Amino acid sequence: MTLLDFVNFHVVPGLVLGSIYALGAIGVTLVFGVMRFAHLAHGDLATLGAFVALGVVRFAGVGPWQALPVAMLVAAAVAIGADRLFYEHLRKRPLILTVIASLGVALMLRSLVQVGFGVDPQSYVRGLVRPDVFFGIRVREREVLTVLTAFGLVAALGAFLAYTRWGKAMRAMSDNPDLARLSGVDTRVVTALTWGVVGALAAAAGFFLGLNTELRSMMGWQMLLPMFAAAILGGVGRVEGALLGGLVVGLVEETSVIFLPAQYKSATAFVILLAMLAVRPTGLLRGKVL
Amino acid sequence: MEWIGVATYVSQLAIVVGIYAVVALGLNVQWGFTGLFNAGIAGFFAVGAYGSAILTSAASATRIGGFGLPVWTGWIAAMVLAAVIAWPIGKICLRFRSDYLAIATIGVAEIIRLVARSESWLTGAAAGIANLPRPFAGRGGSPQAALNSNLAFLAIVIAVLVAVYVAIEALRRAPWGRMMRAIRDNEIAARAMGKNIERRRLEAFMVGAALMGLGGALFAHFNRFITPESIDPMMATFIVWIMLILGGSGNNRGAILGAAVVWTIWSASEFLTNQLPLEYAIQAKYLRVFVIGLALQLVLRFRPEGLLPEQAAELRRDAR
Repeated sequence: MTLLDFVNFHVVPGLVLGSIYALGAIGVTLVFGVMRFAHLAHGDLATLGAFVALGVVRFAGVGPWQALPVAMLVAAAVAIGADRLFYEHLRKRPLILTVIASLGVALMLRSLVQVGFGVDPQSYVRGLVRPDVFFGIRVREREVLTVLTAFGLVAALGAFLAYTRWGKAMRAMSDNPDLARLSGVDTRVVTALTWGVVGALAAAAGFFLGLNTELRSMMGWQMLLPMFAAAILGGVGRVEGALLGGLVVGLVEETSVIFLPAQYKSATAFVILLAMLAVRPTGLLRGKVL
Repeated sequence: MEWIGVATYVSQLAIVVGIYAVVALGLNVQWGFTGLFNAGIAGFFAVGAYGSAILTSAASATRIGGFGLPVWTGWIAAMVLAAVIAWPIGKICLRFRSDYLAIATIGVAEIIRLVARSESWLTGAAAGIANLPRPFAGRGGSPQAALNSNLAFLAIVIAVLVAVYVAIEALRRAPWGRMMRAIRDNEIAARAMGKNIERRRLEAFMVGAALMGLGGALFAHFNRFITPESIDPMMATFIVWIMLILGGSGNNRGAILGAAVVWTIWSASEFLTNQLPLEYAIQAKYLRVFVIGLALQLVLRFRPEGLLPEQAAELRRDAR
């Protein structure tokens, strides 16, 4: 295999998949960090976002890119709503109950998608897209846009967390919720804000996965494991860690097909997850351990 | 419908309830006693089903196994195999909060599903493993024979369930059970008393996994075949969770009651939606899944202790 083949067949798809995982893993890591539990409905939130975009494309007749902001808004609202309806009342009880509730929400979101759109694979646009060639490297326009948008969203979130009042409040709550509350941070607003960001990013992850592959009702659930592996690899609660972790998991998955049968691609995320938990549970960038 | 058809249907329902009750008791050891979150029940269930199927089925040219061993050896092997798979997962994840165990068990279940689907030398891939022996299956044919066969299998399932119940109840009352509750309710205090928390949790995780494997084996031999499609990864896991939470986590009788209530309602709703015209029937199927997810939220909100709460009075007597 030449270097160019390696780039074309493994690095490019790995970066695209990695950017998608990164978008998902940031949501996972934010919930882990701020709300302090593993949100098992995250993948199905991504599925919902992807299919909302499909609905907008079908009924409003716009292109998929115009549908993306709508999908992000809807998923943000759904995430906030799920928190209010199903998670909020459990906050005074052991947090693991919220994890159970999120498993139920995962099932509910997916069955809603299945009722609305059926279970057959679908896509935003019909027909094959031919890749463009730059110096022998074949990439499709949508792949470049996926990576650029993912990095743009991560940079925007990073700036929001670093420089704005509410971003700082979110970080404060992640570091020490009691101290944040004492310092006058309105935790209700921060909670809602976190869920809004998480929902919007999950929808973006689902949208890009659907754009680059196809839309299936199980797509999000199957993305859950790599997203958690990425979040834990990067360090729980660390946004830049989730980005790094997502890229690593994506690249490893796409290069694993060289020595593993392709159907076991998703098993590599599991191996990364267990290896990190066994060797360095804080992750590469020293995050939290619950 | 003739009475014999109804009786066959009811006996089938009862068998499935019994099988789920065994699995729910397994989850009760993990979650109810110990507070461990297993989100990969379907995986351990499948390991038991396939493990027993490989050992007891007739020889086949296309895959290994087909050892034709007696059924009971398959069931014991199913328990051992599920516990062995649980061991490394527990070893790595039980040091942390149960969130990590939840994610890791989802991963295990996913990998087991992939293996079942793609390794035809082991599991027969999509075709699965057929013609499994079923005790007292008889020659079949007449409705009466089908009913008799069901009743005989039901007797076996009830015997297994009673044995499991007695064993788990003995565990719960034993010092071991008290220690598990202590670890669940106050880990730091239990650690200060010198309890080896990781080890105790690992024991509970493996015992629970073994029971899930046993349930899978019972299921495979009842249906007489096992394919990757016969175990829906999410539903099989989730329905056991709702059985235990609704029935009452920590209470063994609650786990059995939950299995009976949830499976009866689930089957009745299936019976209703099957009456619908075909174009709605498929949507109705997913709507039922939505409702069961909603039911979990309602139980968590309005009756978190379940129908039969954990017996607190007895705990107080223990403490004295």
